[in-house]
Amino acid sequence: MACNASYYPNYFSLSDILATQDRVPCKFELSVYNLGYLDPSSGNKDVVAGTKLELPCWLARALCSSRRHIVSAQLPNTFKERYREIMKADASVVDLHKLGPHYYELGQHLLPLAGPEAAALASLLTQTLRERLRGIMDSAQNSLRDDVNAQIAKLDELERTLFHAGQKALQDHQLWLSRRAHILTTSTMVDQHNKRKFSAIDS
Amino acid sequence: MLADKALELIRELDRTKDGQMPAFNEDTIRIVLEEMNTLFEQNQRDVNATVAGDVRYFSGVHLRHAALERNRRCLLAYLYNRLERVRDMRWEFGSILPADIRANMCEPEIIWFNKYNKNLASYMRSLGEGTGLDLTQDIKPPKNLYIEVRCLQDYGEFEIEEGDTVVLQKNTTHYLPMAQCQHLIRQGILEHVE
Repeated sequence: MACNASYYPNYFSLSDILATQDRVPCKFELSVYNLGYLDPSSGNKDVVAGTKLELPCWLARALCSSRRHIVSAQLPNTFKERYREIMKADASVVDLHKLGPHYYELGQHLLPLAGPEAAALASLLTQTLRERLRGIMDSAQNSLRDDVNAQIAKLDELERTLFHAGQKALQDHQLWLSRRAHILTTSTMVDQHNKRKFSAIDS
Repeated sequence: MLADKALELIRELDRTKDGQMPAFNEDTIRIVLEEMNTLFEQNQRDVNATVAGDVRYFSGVHLRHAALERNRRCLLAYLYNRLERVRDMRWEFGSILPADIRANMCEPEIIWFNKYNKNLASYMRSLGEGTGLDLTQDIKPPKNLYIEVRCLQDYGEFEIEEGDTVVLQKNTTHYLPMAQCQHLIRQGILEHVE
């Protein structure tokens, strides 16, 4: 199945697997026999042509391509014209985490399904990230460790990675400025492990 | 929905980050494998029907095949990501893992860990023209030969290379050769003070 090989960053990536799980509204163009349990509400043994179902993105990608056309997929609401308008108005205030924690990744996976809207979707993704990036960088470089949770509540997973990278750079820089960069510390895994052990003892 | 159980495995790994090792979820894996078997058998039947000339089953074959591939991807990703964690733990915890982490690993993972241990050790021995080089030392460039450390927990006697022994008791501070106490710092027994 070379046609839908877009495993980014690799085949084993957890976030990519999670991103391709989000639901996409689909309409069956052909009848699919003996798989009626996909649509439990219908009670049929088969999925008849014309049924509308929400399928996970990975399934929609496999069934809707240039070579075969078993279902026709639509964009999920969050990528449609209405949300595109909202993003155009001001992307930086939108709660992307609520719209789907893997907004950008899902968007990329939807590109081959988008048909005539593909160009609009692609520019939506890049424009959104471009508009939000400045704010993310700014808050990553200027917020202390305590109030991080409030800062990242509205960011999607990709943006969180960027934010944490920025925070790490800030902390490393501060350590270096105060000439403490060479001090050895407990490795993070051990630290986390000990914390859990102690909290288990306490409780 | 198809492949939901397999996704559970992925979610489980995604929830537990930073050095946690969730227990090897053999039950769910078995359920996923059963689901794959069923899908495969149904596909075989429908493929035979298709070959016999009944083409209407073909779309179902595609659908199940996609689900099979999805399940395979989830299972492989689960195993692979766990292995990556096991590998990282060799560098973080050292060659001996805490008992509770070991208990959460399955038998092949423990064997793999031991092999990795052995490979790494023999590689490190082969470095530096026969003298060997401990790659797990000096994660950060050292500045002094001796450093001041404070004990965070009772450890007992600790013999340093010159032959002296020091008793590492909680809240005592010592002046020790860096090369030898680094591992204890990494493992959270000592704290580097400046």
